[in-house]
Amino acid sequence: MKQISGNRLLVKALMEEGVEVLFGYPGACTVDISDELFDQDSIKVILPRHEQALVHEADAYARTTGKVGVCLVTSGPGATNLVTGLATANYDSVPLVCFTGQVARSLIGNDAFQEVDIVGITRSITKYGITVRNREDLGRIIKEAFYIARTGRPGPVLIDLPKDVMQEMGSPEYPKTVNIRGYKPNRSVHAGQLKKALAALSKARRPLFLAGGGVIISRAGQAFTEVVEKTGVPVVTTVMGRGAIATDHPLYIGNLGMHGEYAANMAVNHCDLLFSIGTRFNDRITGKLHAFAPKAQIVHIDIDTASISRNIQVDIPIVADALDALEKMMEYVEENPCSKWLAQIHAWKQEHPLAMHSVGDELNPVDIFAEINRQFDNTILVSDVGQHQMLAAQYSAITSGKQLVMSGGLGTMGYGLPGGIGAKIGNPDRPVVVISGDGGMQMNIQELATAVLEELPVIVCIFNNGYLGMVRQWQKLFYNQKYSMTDLRAGALTRRTDFKEHPAYTPDFVRLAESYGAVGIRVTKKEEIAAAFERAKTNAATPTVIEFILDPEVMVYPMIQPGGTLEDMILDN
Amino acid sequence: MDKGMKKRWISLYVENQVGVLAKISGLFSGKSYNLDSLTVGTTEDPTVSRMTIATVSDDETFVQIKKQLNRMVEVIKVIDFTDIFVRMKEILYIKVLDVTAEDKTELFQIAATFKAKVIDYGKDSLLLEFVQTATKNDAVIKLIKEEFRHIEVVRGGSVGIESISMMDR
Repeated sequence: MKQISGNRLLVKALMEEGVEVLFGYPGACTVDISDELFDQDSIKVILPRHEQALVHEADAYARTTGKVGVCLVTSGPGATNLVTGLATANYDSVPLVCFTGQVARSLIGNDAFQEVDIVGITRSITKYGITVRNREDLGRIIKEAFYIARTGRPGPVLIDLPKDVMQEMGSPEYPKTVNIRGYKPNRSVHAGQLKKALAALSKARRPLFLAGGGVIISRAGQAFTEVVEKTGVPVVTTVMGRGAIATDHPLYIGNLGMHGEYAANMAVNHCDLLFSIGTRFNDRITGKLHAFAPKAQIVHIDIDTASISRNIQVDIPIVADALDALEKMMEYVEENPCSKWLAQIHAWKQEHPLAMHSVGDELNPVDIFAEINRQFDNTILVSDVGQHQMLAAQYSAITSGKQLVMSGGLGTMGYGLPGGIGAKIGNPDRPVVVISGDGGMQMNIQELATAVLEELPVIVCIFNNGYLGMVRQWQKLFYNQKYSMTDLRAGALTRRTDFKEHPAYTPDFVRLAESYGAVGIRVTKKEEIAAAFERAKTNAATPTVIEFILDPEVMVYPMIQPGGTLEDMILDN
Repeated sequence: MDKGMKKRWISLYVENQVGVLAKISGLFSGKSYNLDSLTVGTTEDPTVSRMTIATVSDDETFVQIKKQLNRMVEVIKVIDFTDIFVRMKEILYIKVLDVTAEDKTELFQIAATFKAKVIDYGKDSLLLEFVQTATKNDAVIKLIKEEFRHIEVVRGGSVGIESISMMDR
């Protein structure tokens, strides 16, 4: 058989894995791979403007297509720029395979130019990482990487490629099968445990479903909805689980947790059975642990054994993929009419509905979400991190066909714009709307170039309140309104303004968008919201940036203090 | 919080690959698990290494440790040695310095009592070798520390294997 280089085998492997898009940034250690990619047409290569954004793009591509996101970056700084994106993907269980260039084997350990121990650096934030030390292992390692990334609890895998290994000639074979003795993901559902859980569910008087991101990842929304309808049991979701069931479904209550709805948190507090699927009971949803669901027996279905009984002691654990478990549940599940309980939840909803009172004439973010919900179908809504993210989690209608994407676990500012780009590349026919803040937007704003050059009509909403709003909110509520380091306009006056005039906001987002070749719109009044989105919809060639000027006093309520309990819930009065 | 805080043992089959030791020890430091001792060496199969890990932890944390180890791709098998019959020993060297003739006599008695070997001998120093359980080694170190001012201690960490017939450690 004719021998080929490692570089060529890599490209062949990508084709055999069905990779359609590769997010890559070149460098000295990967220039040979770039060269190999030049002569083929089956893999589309995207050139972002920064490696952090590159991983986020691959990440959102993976989240919105269900395929593995593929990254290629060079050694040293190219590789270290992946770190935040890998951690983001790891926390939110996103399947990625990231190839990093590495200096030649003879140079490793010499502090060579652009050498870093990237496998060592990323060991705790990847599902698996390995340096290819022998040319003959390359095919097997790539095959295993794709398998590990997408199976079980998905996650990012990093493969470090020394330049000389990749240049070496070797077998052109790419393996067809995988067998890793230490990694056998579970594909079965323990029927006994499941029946036990369902018996508890049908006996409960105040049962509650809790759906997390796992339901979204395993694309089990429809199965989940069917199970919910068959039982008649109400549902709360985590932020990552929003959309597991249509948010306008009569049995859907809302999100739980720090910025969850009053009724949702009350339901968790009073339920006698919490049937949870695909969540790790993060501190942002539980608050003070001993006060979380104090009256409830807890069922927990999760593909990751280590997520079960880590934060919350679980009574009936079931290790299974959410979709496998839900499909199995369909066979046995019974109706549990709990009308009194539903009436109670309804009363809580009436008592404190989710609402935001306008501050004077200022734009109310709720109106912006209402317009997005009204004007777009089939939308992928990608959020950055901060107040606007929590508002998106509260007010976005994620009905059938829609998806909400965000960095939930790591809370990575700068995710929004590249996330929107990755989503659009994977779903060119669906509208993609990014919700970002003026802070998060500036963390990866260079990606406007990528979006313009790839002709991606992403609609980018910047919620500009001139502040790092979520931290400001904490400062307002818990730090005596000392807005230290959160005022993005103030510059040298960051710590104390001393009544001096603020400089004008930098940058001018509208002109900046225009300079990139995108469309820029500024919205300051409620009446302008609908027209701005209408105009954005007509722009099919470039991104449209809509800057919404918001009052810094806009707060996200309700809010439970970090580590607090329901009694500490702050409501908007 | 610290329900069931005690010393526990894990035996681990792992891939004999670069970086696996760093990954295992990194898990303990990264997640703030106690790591009392860790030994590693290759097995009859050169592609597999076996580790013996000692950790002081409570019940809940220990369950987490086992789960976290289990889900690592490089970990082939996790065996909890805490409550099963195993053979487990640790090697311990104690060099005692600045000793008198009288001290030497006492050290020989200690060695006889603890089934240790005196493996080296100097004008005013002795080198003792103990192969026994880590707990007994703890006791010996404590004793010799009390009796002698100038000592040097090196211990290897426990290695363990399941018993063939049921017996004590």
